[in-house]
Amino acid sequence: MADIGQLPTAARPNPTGFGFRHVMAAWWGERPLAQLGVFLCVGIVLGYLGSNLSGNMERVGISPGFAFFWYAANFEIGESPINYAAGDSYGRAILVGLLNTVKVAAVGCVLATILGVALGVARLSHNRLLSGLIRGYIELVRNTPLLLQLFFWNITVHMLPGPRQAFEPMPGVLLSNRGVFAPALQSSAEWIALIILALLLLIGWVARLRRLGGARLSAGVLAVALLSAVVLPLAVARAFGVSIAVDWPRLEGFNIAGGLSLSPEFAALVIGLVVNSAAGVAETVRAGILSVPTGQWEAGQACGLSRWHVLRLIVVPQALRVIVPVMTSNYLSLTKNSSLAVAIGFPDLVSVLNTTANTTGQALETIAIMMLVYLSLSLGVSVAMNGYNRRLAMREAGRS
Amino acid sequence: MTVTSLNSESRRTQRRGVTVAPWRRGLLDSPGNIAITLGYVLVVAWLGIPFLRWVVFDATFSSDAAGCASGGGACWAFIGEKWRFILFGTYPVERHWRPASACILLIGLLIAACIPRFWGRGLGYAGAAGLIVAAMLLCGVPGPIVATDQWGGLPVTLFLSVGAFAGAFPLAICLALWRRSDQGGVRWLATAFIEVVRGVPLISLLYVATLLFPLMLPAGASLDKFVRAGAALTLFVAAYLAEIIRAGLQAVPRGQYEAALSLGLSQRQATLLVVLPQALRAVIPPMVNLATGMFQETTLVVIIGMFDLLNTARAAANDPNWIGYYNEAFAFVALIYFVFCFSLSRYSLWLERRFGQAKR
Repeated sequence: MADIGQLPTAARPNPTGFGFRHVMAAWWGERPLAQLGVFLCVGIVLGYLGSNLSGNMERVGISPGFAFFWYAANFEIGESPINYAAGDSYGRAILVGLLNTVKVAAVGCVLATILGVALGVARLSHNRLLSGLIRGYIELVRNTPLLLQLFFWNITVHMLPGPRQAFEPMPGVLLSNRGVFAPALQSSAEWIALIILALLLLIGWVARLRRLGGARLSAGVLAVALLSAVVLPLAVARAFGVSIAVDWPRLEGFNIAGGLSLSPEFAALVIGLVVNSAAGVAETVRAGILSVPTGQWEAGQACGLSRWHVLRLIVVPQALRVIVPVMTSNYLSLTKNSSLAVAIGFPDLVSVLNTTANTTGQALETIAIMMLVYLSLSLGVSVAMNGYNRRLAMREAGRS
Repeated sequence: MTVTSLNSESRRTQRRGVTVAPWRRGLLDSPGNIAITLGYVLVVAWLGIPFLRWVVFDATFSSDAAGCASGGGACWAFIGEKWRFILFGTYPVERHWRPASACILLIGLLIAACIPRFWGRGLGYAGAAGLIVAAMLLCGVPGPIVATDQWGGLPVTLFLSVGAFAGAFPLAICLALWRRSDQGGVRWLATAFIEVVRGVPLISLLYVATLLFPLMLPAGASLDKFVRAGAALTLFVAAYLAEIIRAGLQAVPRGQYEAALSLGLSQRQATLLVVLPQALRAVIPPMVNLATGMFQETTLVVIIGMFDLLNTARAAANDPNWIGYYNEAFAFVALIYFVFCFSLSRYSLWLERRFGQAKR
C-alpha cells in the first residue's frame, strides 16, 4: 500500500468518531488537499467563464436575472391549454410551454404503455407470423433515429387530405391536414369534474378492497360499479336539467369546427413518440415475462389454470418486479425525447424557451430553466416509480 | 412425427394427440392461431400492397423532375440526382474524394474496433490517429481549407459520433472511478455531473454549446460551432458511458483488487491493471448498445442548424426543382442509419453469446 505512506496523519479518517467533524472527515476521505485542489480548479474555470459571461452580457446591454418574466412576449403560440395571446408576459408563455410538454409526456406515456404492453405480449405469441411482424417493427423503430421518424410523421400528417376530404376512420373521428378531430363531451366543467371524481372514488374503493386482501371482485360487480359511476352523475345532471351533449366535429366553411381538436404537430409528435417508445416498452415487457422461470408456467398449468389465468395471476405479478424499474427509464426517456418537438414546430417548453432566448437574449436564464424543469421532471417520475417499486418489493417480502 | 423438443408448441400438439405438418405449426394449429394468421395476411395485404406499389411498381427510376411529377409512386430518380448532396452536403464537388475517404477511414476504424483481437491500448492510439487524419481530410489539409460549415452529410454524422465516443471514453473511465472513490469530494463532483447530464435532454446541452458558450469566451474570441457541438456530445456520451463502466467495476469481485494489493501493486496499479480491464471487458455489449443510441442521437444537431446526414436529406427535398420528395430522401437516409445500427445491434448480440460461452 504505497499510497498510505503519503497521507498526512491528521487527515486520516477516524472510524470510531461520531462528531460532525469526524463524520465529515470520514466522508471526505483520503487526500483532502488534492481533492480541494480539484474543486479549486473547477471553481476557477467556472468563475472565469462566468465573469466573461457577465462581462459580455453587460457589453450588449442584457441585465442578468429573471425580470424578463414580466415583460411582454410578442410572439404567438400555436396551441395552449391555458389562455395566451401575444403581449402576455414571458412567464406565462413559458408556463404554456411547460404545460404543453407535460401534456405530450402524459399522453405519450399512457399510450406507449398500452401499445407497448400489447406488442410485448403479442411478441411472445406462438404464431410465428405475428411475433415476426412485431420483431420487424421493433428492429425498424429502434434502428432509425427518432428525429427522422418525427420528420416522417410530421410530413405524413401534413399530407393528409384537407378538411373537405378528411378521412373518417370511425364516425366522428376526422383526420385532416388541419389536425385530428374527435367528438367531445360538452357540458359545464363542474359536471365533468363530478364524473371524474366519481371514477376516482371508485378506483380508490377498489384499490382499498384489494389492499385489505378482501375477496376478489368479480368482473360483473366491477362493471356495474363502473357503469354506475358514469351513469349516476349523468342521471343526476338530467334530473337537475343540465344539458350534457356530445359535441361532434363538423365541416364549417373551409375548416372543421367543434369537438376535440388536436393540432397536426401535436398529433405527429405523439404518434412519433408513442410508436418509438412502444418498441422499448414491448422489449421491457417481453424480457420481464421471460424472466419468470418456465416452472411457474408449468406449475400453474398443472394446477388446471388456463394460459390466460397463469399469465395474469402467476406470471405478470412476478414479471412486474423486473419490468417496473426499466419502465421508469422508458418514461423518463420519452419525457426527455418530447423536447424534439422543437424540430417539428410544436410549442413545447424547449421551443418556447428557445424563442424567449432569441428575443430577449437571456440565454443563461432560459437554459437554466430548461435544465431545472427536466431535472425535476426526471426526479419526480423516478420518485413516483421508486415508491411503486418499493410497494411491489414489499408485497413480495410480505408474502414469502 | 416424433416430438423431441419440449417447447410449448410441440407440447400442445402432443396433448391433443394431433400431428400437424411442421410448416403449419405456429401458424394454423389452433383456431386462435388461424384467426391471427388470417388477420396478418389481411393487414399485410392492406398495408404492404400499396407500399410495394409505391416503392417498386409505380416508382420512377430514371427520369427528370417532370417525369417524376407525372408518376404515381416513389421518385428514385430524385435520389439518383441528389445522392452526392445527401452524402456530402455542400462540400466542394471537385474535392468529394476527401469526405469519401474520411468516411471509409472512419468506417474502417469502427470495424477494427469491433474485432476482439484489436481490443487494447493500440486501438486507442489508432483511433486518435484515425480521427486526426479524418479531420485533416475534411479540413482540406494540405490544400485550401474547407470551413466546417461546408461539411455535410455522412462524414459529419460519422465524425461526430465516432469522435464523441472516442473522446468520451477516457473521461468516462475517470468519472466512473471517481464515482466509486472513497474520497467524498471527487465522488460528489462525479455524481453531480453524471446525474445532471443524464437528467437533461441532449438538446439543452446543444443549446449551451451554441447559445451560451460563445458568450462565455473572452470578447473577440470564438470557437468553431462544430467543435462546440462535438464537445457537448462528448460530455453527454461520457455521462452515460460512465454509468455503464461503473456497473462493470461493480461486477468485478473485490477479491481481485485485494489479491492485487497483496501482490504488492499500488492502489493505482491494482485499479488500472487488474480491475479496470476486467470491468471494461464485461460491459462491451452495453457499450455497443450505447454507441448505437448515440449514433442516432447525433441527428439532434439538426436542431442547432448543422448539416448532418438527416439535414442534408431534408435540404435535398427543399430544392425548388425537386421539391417535396421528402419520403424518398428520408427512406434513403433511414436505410443508411438502419444498416449501421442494425449491424451494430447484431454484433452486440453476437458478443453477448460469445461472452456467455466463455463464462461456461
